Amino acid sequence: MAEGSIAAAGGIAARHEEAGFLGFTRPQALAFLVLVAAVLVSPFFLYPVFLMKILCFALFACAFNLLIGYVGLLSFGHAAYFGMGAYVTGYAAKAWSVPPELAILMGGAIGAALGLPFGWLAIRRTGIYFAMITLALAQMVYFFALQAPFTGGEDGIQAIPRGTLFGIFDLTADLTMYWLVAAIFLVGFLLIHRIVHSPFGQVMKAIRDNEPRATSLGYRTDDYKLMAFVLSAGLAGIAGGTKALVFNIATLTDVLWTMSGEVVLMTLVGGLGTVFGPVVGAAVIITMQNYLAEFGAWVTVIQGGIFIACVLAFRRGVVGEIGNALKVKL
Amino acid sequence: MDDLLFELSLILPQIILGLVNGAFYALLSLGLAIIFGMLNVINFAHGAQFMMGAFAAWMLLNWLGIGYWGALVLAPLLVGIIGIVIEKTMIARLYKLDHLYGLLLTFGIALVIEGIFRNEFGSSGLSYATPPEFRALDLELGDFFLPGYRVWVVIVAVVMCLATWLVIEKTRIGAYLRAAVERPQLVQAFGVNVPRMMTLTYGAGVALAAFAGVLAAPIYSVHPGMGANFIITVFAVVVIGGMGSILGAVVTGFMLGLVQGITDVFWSEASATVVFVIMAIVLLTRPAGLFGRA
Repeated sequence: MAEGSIAAAGGIAARHEEAGFLGFTRPQALAFLVLVAAVLVSPFFLYPVFLMKILCFALFACAFNLLIGYVGLLSFGHAAYFGMGAYVTGYAAKAWSVPPELAILMGGAIGAALGLPFGWLAIRRTGIYFAMITLALAQMVYFFALQAPFTGGEDGIQAIPRGTLFGIFDLTADLTMYWLVAAIFLVGFLLIHRIVHSPFGQVMKAIRDNEPRATSLGYRTDDYKLMAFVLSAGLAGIAGGTKALVFNIATLTDVLWTMSGEVVLMTLVGGLGTVFGPVVGAAVIITMQNYLAEFGAWVTVIQGGIFIACVLAFRRGVVGEIGNALKVKL
Repeated sequence: MDDLLFELSLILPQIILGLVNGAFYALLSLGLAIIFGMLNVINFAHGAQFMMGAFAAWMLLNWLGIGYWGALVLAPLLVGIIGIVIEKTMIARLYKLDHLYGLLLTFGIALVIEGIFRNEFGSSGLSYATPPEFRALDLELGDFFLPGYRVWVVIVAVVMCLATWLVIEKTRIGAYLRAAVERPQLVQAFGVNVPRMMTLTYGAGVALAAFAGVLAAPIYSVHPGMGANFIITVFAVVVIGGMGSILGAVVTGFMLGLVQGITDVFWSEASATVVFVIMAIVLLTRPAGLFGRA
């Protein structure tokens, strides 16, 4: 790993650690159990809608982290997949009365379908060019969403019904919806973990650390990068679709570049390239937005300030710092 | 003949409009290219600094009574100084790290600047009257009306870009600059203060953005989001042109503004996205950009 490399920020020099339960190391397995416990217990103490927002963004941030943390590609356009996922899920649920499980999968499918050509274009460049290209392509999606008839323009799609899961569970009650969101989040989280620890994931990390060497070993690195991009975009679409059902709304905010920035911020705050960082980062940022909502535009200033502070002094992020202090990878 | 004149009166305003947009693309991507060349940082705050230039012009006029011509000099100076402070206190700490950190940092700076202006001035636009001197240049040909101020913007942008190019290619300072881009350590060994050059380069790039902001103030409404709208398109322009050459950035900027203006005549819905489509095509055929070095 090159010194000062962005992907190296979160982790510490990896000792060879025995992979146990689900490929987690022992400290990670412990942290995962804490996470599961928190997800199970918290709706009885905290407002479920607030928690669902955190979980949706946590999944979004984990999807984003798959790309930056494990392939070393910084996408500045993930709002496109998240937002289009929200639009498609919302439209399918509202206009076609598609059941929620299918609507969310459609959101994921549109994210992946969009990620395929965009990723194919963007992986032609790396580093800051990659970031600028993904940002520009996402802006194109924003203009599309602004003009296309089905997105409802400035109003967005409103009053999206949550529907009935599998035709059995009515999701109108917040707590019922919460269990669905929790399940989606945990499955997504484990899926990402599984991807990262598969042979495919090993090649991804090899590309991040030294692409020419991976190429010389005979791997078609572009195929791996594209695959990671599509997976990341698809999961972002699922996160967006779930969010659309939770809040019954899909708007231009979901596809705007500020949303792309927000997911970068969450991952940065939690720790780039850490397993649990994106979840912690999402929780921190959403909580902050929640409490500071009354201050209006100051939220932007504070978020910018956090960005600056993280980049200048806190590049490992919360989870990265904890891991560093305890000398474990989290 | 009448038909042709009619057609022309339809297309000409769009061409002018396109050239005006192109002028801003050129000025902004020029600043980005200079900063990137020297500092290896993509200045995400460029749009915010452009916006600050426009607001500085408005504040100079409404608070201090200093008019357009004064603002054209003072605003870039003031914003440039802010840029120098930003470089000294923050960006300079990141040169040894991954270039992506520079992008993230300047993104944060852009958020802070935009948020502060949103708090002070709200999201709706302020208007900055076109200086009356330019009324005399207004051109009216039948249905066709050409505001003199827009012609001035295009001309002054071209002059500014050429002047910047001349400074970089033909002067002693420019030679130091080009040398420092290639081999900073060697230039430093010859006794040139490279860190100070980097600071001044950032200040100059920022000043250029603010200068564009002052030019833009009478055309677009002055509002906190005006820079963000521009900068993403300018990023696409930079990807299309490649950041290898100064003239490349300028030519690409004007060219894409023109393409956008003409697209607006034939298919107005596509005018916002045409630049991004061109970017995709360029990436497919020449990934390094039209003027870029691989």
